[in-house]
Amino acid sequence: MKGNSFSKRNRIAYLYILPWLIGIVVFSVYPFFISFYYSLCDYNPLSEHVFIGFGNYVKLFTKDPEFYKSLKATLLYTVYTVPCKLLMSLAIALMLNKARKGIGVLRTVYYLPSLFGGSIAVAVLWKIMFIDNGMVNGWLNFFGIPNVSFLGDPKMALPTLSLLEVWQFGSSMVMFLAALKQVPNSLYESAKMDGANSIRRFFTITIPGISPIIFFCIIMQTLNAIQNFTSAFVVTKGGPLQSTYMLGVKLYNDGFKLLKMGYASATSWIIFSIVTLFTVLLFTSSKYWVFYNDEK
Amino acid sequence: MRIMSKKVFGNVFSYAILIIIGVIMCYPLIWMFFASFKTNSEIFAGVRLLPQSFSFEAFRYGWRGVGGNTYSKFFTNSFLLVAPTTILTVITSALVAYGFARFEFRGKKILFTILLGTLMLPNAILIIPRYTIFRDLNVIDSYYPFYLMAAFACYPFFTYMLVQFIRGLPRDLDEAAYIDGCGSFGILVRILLPLLKPALFSAGLFQFLWTYNDYFNSLIYISSIKKYTVSLALRMTMDSEATTAWNSIMAMSCLVVLPVVILFFFCQKYFVEGIATTGLKG
Repeated sequence: MKGNSFSKRNRIAYLYILPWLIGIVVFSVYPFFISFYYSLCDYNPLSEHVFIGFGNYVKLFTKDPEFYKSLKATLLYTVYTVPCKLLMSLAIALMLNKARKGIGVLRTVYYLPSLFGGSIAVAVLWKIMFIDNGMVNGWLNFFGIPNVSFLGDPKMALPTLSLLEVWQFGSSMVMFLAALKQVPNSLYESAKMDGANSIRRFFTITIPGISPIIFFCIIMQTLNAIQNFTSAFVVTKGGPLQSTYMLGVKLYNDGFKLLKMGYASATSWIIFSIVTLFTVLLFTSSKYWVFYNDEK
Repeated sequence: MRIMSKKVFGNVFSYAILIIIGVIMCYPLIWMFFASFKTNSEIFAGVRLLPQSFSFEAFRYGWRGVGGNTYSKFFTNSFLLVAPTTILTVITSALVAYGFARFEFRGKKILFTILLGTLMLPNAILIIPRYTIFRDLNVIDSYYPFYLMAAFACYPFFTYMLVQFIRGLPRDLDEAAYIDGCGSFGILVRILLPLLKPALFSAGLFQFLWTYNDYFNSLIYISSIKKYTVSLALRMTMDSEATTAWNSIMAMSCLVVLPVVILFFFCQKYFVEGIATTGLKG
């Protein structure tokens, strides 16, 4: 601690963080709590809200078959996309890390799709590509494979949307690339001297070395996957047979189309509970598999 | 020798895989580009990538837009939404980050924990109350919800990112400037901000990108067609055409992603550094 006047000007800090303080109270903390209150209400924005206790939750779990379809679609989407995206970005990053020439161009190519994020333009593109007589079926026919009803078959629709998500693995790949460069070369050298083969080196040096980034990516990607909205809303509109009717879409339809905002708030708390449960599990498990080398 | 050739083979093999996957990844975007010059029936005929003849008809037709509003209107709207939001985000995030990174004050620890917590707070849970707040403030169907959230630093990711960058700058700089009679705001503006330029630029880029791509929030806060951004317009174009003119929709999609692609190619360094640093320090 420095005792001079330099460190006495600290009270002014409140002035710097003031915008955030107001913002956090008005646009985050208050909404967070009031949202729980709404979820206990019959709340239509056009009329007064009426407190109904846990009625919305009871209805969700016992009287709304849509809810279970939404839950299933959301969880499946998460299970499909997070591991695939992770493995894909890690594999490509490893290969790019070894390659010497052309890495800049290749990195750009892989990164490009992830620029568009939840953009409507790529959702539209996906729809046109995977439509029954679209480009992808064109190629399948070209190789003698019969048409697949990507967006019409309830079994295929969710994987097709997942593909759109996995296609955008670029930003996690860039993170992995940066992390791989940070793993000290000397560790590999000494492991080689000790006779560890490349597979062993990968699991004992590379994976622990980049484990913080793996951890970070899993958390962020799961958060995004559970809240996915745009692709399900635009490409399949939740169909066919509500096979892609994810919780995000349900929340929008209930809250902003049917104006049942109390009911939609209950859905949002289900989303929040899933996210929280998952985050807690991950943080607890991280003790065993995430290694931080440098304490800053 | 045997080991050498095995290595060369391995290299060729991984390059081949990298290139094949790369081509597959880019193909949809390239296809989209060429599809916007095709006729509607050509889009759904076979696997030919290049159009039989390059026609700008789809662009001309698509640009007319919907309900008397052309895409010039929608692009202007997008700009009016995105530019102030981005600028406000950068300014307030920098101020708040400075407060957190350079001062010790009561409650700092708990406040910073709250900041980190909101990083992981799902938007889903906030959207209905925020809608209600903005409705009570009478700013629904305008861009003010976006401006207000930017002005009050409601994008914790950028604040956090800038805190990390400022912490990376030596404190001696501040002290030296202080001794020379520089006030705390002077230190921020004259000493730190010049050094933070790349980080501020990264933050701005990402905020630009995310706001421009955003669909969910625009859908909720904006309702009248004349205020539609390109995302909302694109969706409406797709739904409103009875016999859908897919080539025009592809043409408009191309134009919608174009600013993002151009921005990326000019600022690639900042993108990559932005992701790498924030990720590493996350």
